Amino acid sequence: MIVAKRKPLPEIAANLQSTRKLLIVGCNTCVAICLAGGEKEVAVMGSALHLALRNTNPAIVITQRSIERQCEEEFNAPLAEEIAAHDVVLSMACGVGVQTLAEQFPSAIVYPALNTAFMGRPEERGIWSERCAGCGNCVLDKFGGVCPIARCSKNLLNGPCGGSEQGKCEVDPKNIDCAWQLIYDRLSRIGQLDRLLEVEPPKDWSTSRHGGPRKIVREDMVL
Amino acid sequence: MKSGGKLERILESGVFAVTAELGPPKGPNLEVVQTKMGLLTGVCDAINITDNQTAIVRLSSVAACALLAQKGLEPVMQMTCRDRNRLAIQADLFGAVALGVRNLLCLTGDHQCFGNHPTAKNVYDMDSIQLIQMVKRMRDERLTQGGDPVDGPMPLFIGGAANPFGDPFEFRVIRLAKKVAAGVDFIQTQCIFDLPRFKEFMVRVVDRGLHEKVHILAGVMPLKSAGAARYINNNVAGIKVPDEIVKRMEGAGRGKKAQAEGLKLCAEIIQEVRQMPGVHGVHIMAVEWEEAIAQITEQAGLLPRPTI
Repeated sequence: MIVAKRKPLPEIAANLQSTRKLLIVGCNTCVAICLAGGEKEVAVMGSALHLALRNTNPAIVITQRSIERQCEEEFNAPLAEEIAAHDVVLSMACGVGVQTLAEQFPSAIVYPALNTAFMGRPEERGIWSERCAGCGNCVLDKFGGVCPIARCSKNLLNGPCGGSEQGKCEVDPKNIDCAWQLIYDRLSRIGQLDRLLEVEPPKDWSTSRHGGPRKIVREDMVL
Repeated sequence: MKSGGKLERILESGVFAVTAELGPPKGPNLEVVQTKMGLLTGVCDAINITDNQTAIVRLSSVAACALLAQKGLEPVMQMTCRDRNRLAIQADLFGAVALGVRNLLCLTGDHQCFGNHPTAKNVYDMDSIQLIQMVKRMRDERLTQGGDPVDGPMPLFIGGAANPFGDPFEFRVIRLAKKVAAGVDFIQTQCIFDLPRFKEFMVRVVDRGLHEKVHILAGVMPLKSAGAARYINNNVAGIKVPDEIVKRMEGAGRGKKAQAEGLKLCAEIIQEVRQMPGVHGVHIMAVEWEEAIAQITEQAGLLPRPTI
């Protein structure tokens, strides 16, 4: 899932000082699961903005909506009239949702309420962590199902750097596990330690963001 | 000969080699480099120039190495993967070789969060093992990483690092074996204070026969004080100073007395590692204390250095 975090309220409020009618639009998929931009968070945002703007923009009218998947136009389409009737749309979706609204409604002013952080998963209640960097060429078969691109601070492909200590990464020993300790432990458990002896060649980054913005075209599916 | 350089000749001749580290200044002040060059002349066989060490911006290793080479000294150019992609690395290597550099130490590089530009974007297009492999191909096959011919010879003696004190311990020798497979010629280890663990590491290295394929230079560092020892323990991942060493430094007092004890301890560690099978030299990292090298090598019985 895509994991996001709400922006600091003052940063959001700063864009709304002269807004008369604000439409907050949540998204009930990834960002709802990570408790950042779902229906509940939209309600909280509405109240928080009324408070934050009570001195500088007390007349602001705030409408709250939440839709299933902001990254798909068909889910957003029913909002067309309301979007046209508001000065500003505050999207509580990930960056994909914000851009979908902006593309779909070219005249609308759309601001983001979240910082989109990473592709990850909930580890335990209230804790999400990164798992995939979307490099476009999955290597999980080689590393026991632990991704060194997304989870090693230096995306090393040939083993741990000198800063791996007691299973932790030197960059933040309290919060980051050493991916290479995890890889070593996993390969050890599944009897594939011999994989580590192979020198992994330099990665082809052209399938990642370094190759430019990406697009997948399935000719068989195109109408 | 792979490089024709002095370090390679010394190691191939079987002489116990001595390398030392020179940290460039945080600006274009060449006098600092020249002063440190003076402190290291005649007391070691080759001089490592660090490359934005601990992610702090300093005068470039390429420029400082070129200066050393001009003056007839033997530089070991440190090159990290943190700040350059494969294009920049190769371009800098062409330049360094053209200006007389014959030794390269291939490093992954400290993460930028430790340095003075923590908001920087890192590169890590390659890792240190891939760097070793790339340089070997440039030298032996005269091909760039992309496969184009290299215009001119690349006589480089290729170095790598090893940290016997990082985890997982079992992986440390595997990683060294990978560096050997990638084509490394010499290794300079992380600073050794924990002799039993280093000994265990070297036993595993010798068991795998790696000592016959690569020259291992044991890394040592003189401690200036007990506080410095504690600082390393608390702040540098992958190095541990055992309690008995911290206590010994505490017992030595302060200031000059502590420094003298640190030098003595360093010379003792050199003598210990020299006895270990597979250790072909030492690499002395006296961070911002280059004056110490002459005294350490003197005390360890490593002077005069041979002229080969």
